[in-house]
Formats: sequence, C-alpha cells, structure tokens
Amino acid sequence: MSDWGYVAMAWTITVAVLVAYAVWIIVRGRSLSRRVPPEDRRWL
Amino acid sequence: MTTQRSDATTTTAAPSEPTSNAGPHPASPPAQSPAAPAATPSAEGRIGTGSRGTRILGLVTLAGIALGAYLALVSSPQDENMGDVVRILYIHVPIVSMAYVGCVLTTVASAVYLWKKSVWWDITAAASAEIAMVFTALTLVIGMIWGRPTWGVWWVWDARLTSTAMLLLLLLGYLAVRRLPSAAGTRSKRAAIVGLLLLPNVFIVNRSVTWWRSLHQGTTILNTLQPKIHDQMAITLVFAMAVVALVFAWLLVHRWRLAWLEEQVLGHDLDQAILDRRAEAGFEPGYGAAPIAQPTTPGVDAP
Repeated sequence: MSDWGYVAMAWTITVAVLVAYAVWIIVRGRSLSRRVPPEDRRWL
Repeated sequence: MTTQRSDATTTTAAPSEPTSNAGPHPASPPAQSPAAPAATPSAEGRIGTGSRGTRILGLVTLAGIALGAYLALVSSPQDENMGDVVRILYIHVPIVSMAYVGCVLTTVASAVYLWKKSVWWDITAAASAEIAMVFTALTLVIGMIWGRPTWGVWWVWDARLTSTAMLLLLLLGYLAVRRLPSAAGTRSKRAAIVGLLLLPNVFIVNRSVTWWRSLHQGTTILNTLQPKIHDQMAITLVFAMAVVALVFAWLLVHRWRLAWLEEQVLGHDLDQAILDRRAEAGFEPGYGAAPIAQPTTPGVDAP
C-alpha cells in the first residue's frame, strides 16, 4: 500500500467514526427529548 | 429549576446551572406522560439536543474541518523522513490531545461530584469519559495505521502504546461501572472513584516516552526550547488541534444534554413504575396512602 493509502485509511476511519458517533447522539437525543417535558430540556 | 434524585443522596441541577438548590422531587408524578409526544409547537421546536449556540458552533467546526483538511492534505509539505505519512499526524496528535483533555475533565468532574454530590458534575464526568474513550480508541487505530509504514509493524508493546491501551481499558471500565445495576447515587460514586484514576494514567501515558526506552517519538509541539518541526507543519498542526477541540466541544455539549435526557427519562420511568405498582397493590396515589382494599382472608396479614 502506498503512503497515500495509509493516509486515506486513517482520515476515512476518523471521519467515519466521529460522524457515526455524532449521528448516534443526535438521533438518540431527538428520541429521548420527545419523552421529557419541555421545561426539563431548556438548553443553554 | 433543580430536582433531586429519587435515592435522596444526590441533587440534580438544570442544564445551565451547576449549583444545587431545593426543588421538586422526580418521584412526584411527571407533568407529562413519558410516552406522550411533545404537545405544543413551541415544545416541538426544542426537540433534540441542539440549540442556536451549538448550531453556530457546528457550522464553525465544519468550516474548520474543511480548511484543516486542505492544509493537512494539500498545502502542508512532505516530511523529509516520513513523506506523506506525516499527514496522518495532523489528526493523530490533536485527537490524542483531546482524549487527554477528556480524561482530565472526567477526573475533575468526578472529584467535584464526590465533594458536592451534584448530578451536573456526574453527567459532565460521564459525557467527557465517553468522548475520551472514542478519541482514545481512535488514537490507537490511527497510530497503528501510522506505525505500519513508519515502523514496519501495526503494533509493538512499546511503553507509549501499551500505556495508551491501558488508558482505553480504564475508560471502558469507567463506562462499565456506570452501567452496573445499582442505585443512582451508588453508581455515580463508584464511577467517580474510577474517574479519579484517569488523570494519573494520562500523566503516565504522557511521560512514558521519557521514563522508558520507547520506539514512539518524544515531545515535538511542547518542546519549545528546541523546535524540531517546520513552520508550516507547526501551523497546520496547531490549526488541526483547534479544530479537533471544536469537535470535542460540540460532542461534549450534545452528549451532556443526551445524558441529562437519559437521567430525566429514567426518573420518569421509575415514577411510572412506582405508580403502576401502587395501583396493582390497591393503593391510592400519593405517599403513605392507605390501601383501597384490605385482605379479607382471616388470619392473613396485609403485605
């Protein structure tokens, strides 16, 4: 594998993991916030 | 607004309030059924963990990622020894730095939680520990990818790599303790004690290249007396660290709010379970209420 192959692998894995983690937080947050009264989720 | 946990050992502050004051008890019936959807249009607008501030932060972060990727992958020169593989370090170093920050934040929040028993700090510790775990795992994976073309092996039991792997195990242990079935206060206290171990471990990881003979390179950025890095590489690396810090901040805010929602839902579910159980036992709603129907079988005591 060339140097750029390793670079692409590292950057792709990093972006994929962080995007997947962010999406999981957002989706789960939207799901749970529907079960909590609005007065208990007054964000900053 | 503030609430207290049902085990009466800890206090919960509102999302923007790290202080604890007296307030309604979560064991009281929830104002809205846990399964009910948001009722009003204004409440619907607040669905999720986002806010105006986090949306602005997200946009700034995305712009920073784009510019950082350009600097790291296009503009920055090759390293005379590593060649293009040096471009991996523009994500490896910032991510391990923020993993350290997450661990330190977890330790600080755990210590404050043990002192004040505030759920605000407990949630902060939990959120930062989970993000630190993700960043530490990424650090190891990216480091392995960098090590293969540079050292010729994916993994070696080097002091830095081994201590980082131990840090990952400690973070996984912290998150496992948080999921053990126990009272909320007991669980948080156990987790906070584990959280106190993270800071010493980070110090060991950071100093491992100095204390032991290591294949891993030593300090570069912080070695200001004898800088060994090209100017443009240094600028790219510092910029990448700032961008990853923004990513960390965005994740921390959203994960904190998610953990807050989990606490609220857990409290509401517990309230509902208690109400259901009392209804099954024939009790009127409310504490200390007499049973509706007494046992009629002679010689059998009430439960």
